[in-house]
Amino acid sequence: MKKILVLSGKGGTGKTTITSALIDLMDIQAFADCDIDAPNLHLIEAPKKIAKKEPFYGMDIAKIDPEKCIGCGKCYDSCRFDSIKKEDGKCSVDELACEGCFVCELVCPQDAISHVKNIVGTTQVFKDEKVFSTAILNMGSGNSGKLVSEVKKNLYENTDKQPLAIIDGSPGIGCPVIASLSGIDLAVLVTEPTLSGLSDLRRIVDTSRTFKTPVAIIINKYDLNEEIADEIRRYSESENIPYLGNIPYDKEVSKAINNNISLSKVDCEASRAIIKIKSRIDELL
Amino acid sequence: MNIAVLSGKGGTGKTFISTNLANTIPNSTYLDCDVEEPNGRIFFNAKDEMKTETVYRMIPSIDKDKCNGCRACTEFCQFSALAFFGDSPMLFPEVCHSCGGCEKVCPTGAITEVKSSVGIVEVNKVADLKIVSGLLNIGEASSIPVINRVLSEIENTSIIDCPPGSACSTMESIKKADYCVLVTEPTIFGLHNLKMIVELVQLFKIPFGFVINKVEDPNNTMIEDYVKTLGKEVLIKVPFTKEIANKVASGMLISDSDSDLRDLFKSLLNKITEEIS
Repeated sequence: MKKILVLSGKGGTGKTTITSALIDLMDIQAFADCDIDAPNLHLIEAPKKIAKKEPFYGMDIAKIDPEKCIGCGKCYDSCRFDSIKKEDGKCSVDELACEGCFVCELVCPQDAISHVKNIVGTTQVFKDEKVFSTAILNMGSGNSGKLVSEVKKNLYENTDKQPLAIIDGSPGIGCPVIASLSGIDLAVLVTEPTLSGLSDLRRIVDTSRTFKTPVAIIINKYDLNEEIADEIRRYSESENIPYLGNIPYDKEVSKAINNNISLSKVDCEASRAIIKIKSRIDELL
Repeated sequence: MNIAVLSGKGGTGKTFISTNLANTIPNSTYLDCDVEEPNGRIFFNAKDEMKTETVYRMIPSIDKDKCNGCRACTEFCQFSALAFFGDSPMLFPEVCHSCGGCEKVCPTGAITEVKSSVGIVEVNKVADLKIVSGLLNIGEASSIPVINRVLSEIENTSIIDCPPGSACSTMESIKKADYCVLVTEPTIFGLHNLKMIVELVQLFKIPFGFVINKVEDPNNTMIEDYVKTLGKEVLIKVPFTKEIANKVASGMLISDSDSDLRDLFKSLLNKITEEIS
């Protein structure tokens, strides 16, 4: 199975809009939303039937027994994550900050600290003729590369003969993006013609290359600033990055999204541009 | 007063709102905590770098001669950052959380912590405005040490430009905030992610208010309708025009050239100040 990942560096450049259009246009039967802390693909593309729903456990979280705690502060001094609070001669844990390293339990002379299971979210797999893997993150739990990897694993485990899978990724270049890059055949980078978009594009190109993932570029809303769009095209040429095409700014896009339908279902300038891009992706793969 | 600007969904205009808000407040500090993709500095034209500093975190260094192969370190590490190859442990720095536990459990003193660079922080001054930007190294997984270093520069009225999403780096960026401005756009994507960060800032017990950016269709009231269900009112609405988008694209601070928008950003600060006091 070939795997496409849609990334952008900068947020809000149109990753999910383009992913959902490509799912329809390329008749992709397997897809996942790895933008777990701001997911949206399910609002447009989701098989109705749920096949699997499981709690996802993060790191175990520290818990201090107030009966045993003598307030010596050894845990407070050793914690690197500011997750121990010292009040009224007792220590307690800030669960929002604890990363589950177990150092506090190690240094506690009173045996007052233990670690408890911690559910950070729920993974979900939807399946009919199509397979969709995603997760719901519990707010305050943080996200991890581990959860991104689990969503990908769930997708692969529930597919068999599908030739192609597409994954909607996160903005940025950190932990969730790095986890999403492993095993990907092509990272489609969606950018916009702004100095911010270009700066962020360079960083996601460098990140993808660090992890040896081939990349290609789409400029969305290119006509909002054609000078910068030209600059981005020159950049992709100078870096030998395949240029997949551009999409104009089109009011029909947010209308389609707000009606929960894929852009591919609407005949407009933007959707016609994506059809051209689709054939270039076919060629690249 | 520390005002954090966050959004859940990316690209709704966090940096647009933060930079222009800071630009209308005398003697303020702008802090870019979106250290994976920092863009605030593009708008301030800060050519004279006041100072640049490398940000480090601690990672273990293993002295193979002192290691007796007991494996206490690999057994202790919760993040699987150490694994045995042959007769001594090897470090996978990208998953190390810098907790210092391995050094503590090593019985022979074979592990010492050493500094490892994770990014840089730039501090600039343009007129009376202090501009702080963090920049994470490419390939580095955790932005937390860089965000913390950025936040250590908080001074006077500080505007904290947060990363997108609702996970660790966003949580770290709002921990010193007295007020959170939630910026969204009138789409179902914007709304869905907005609801997530409302839940997040409520968990942190930080007062918050709403800005709707990219307003095009006056009949689209999906965000206002949601905000009303919380018994609140939208702080300000910022229109979308191709002209504004074009100027912002090329790195212009719109509050310098558009007096209506400048007044709008000033009114945002007034409303926040009123709400906090």
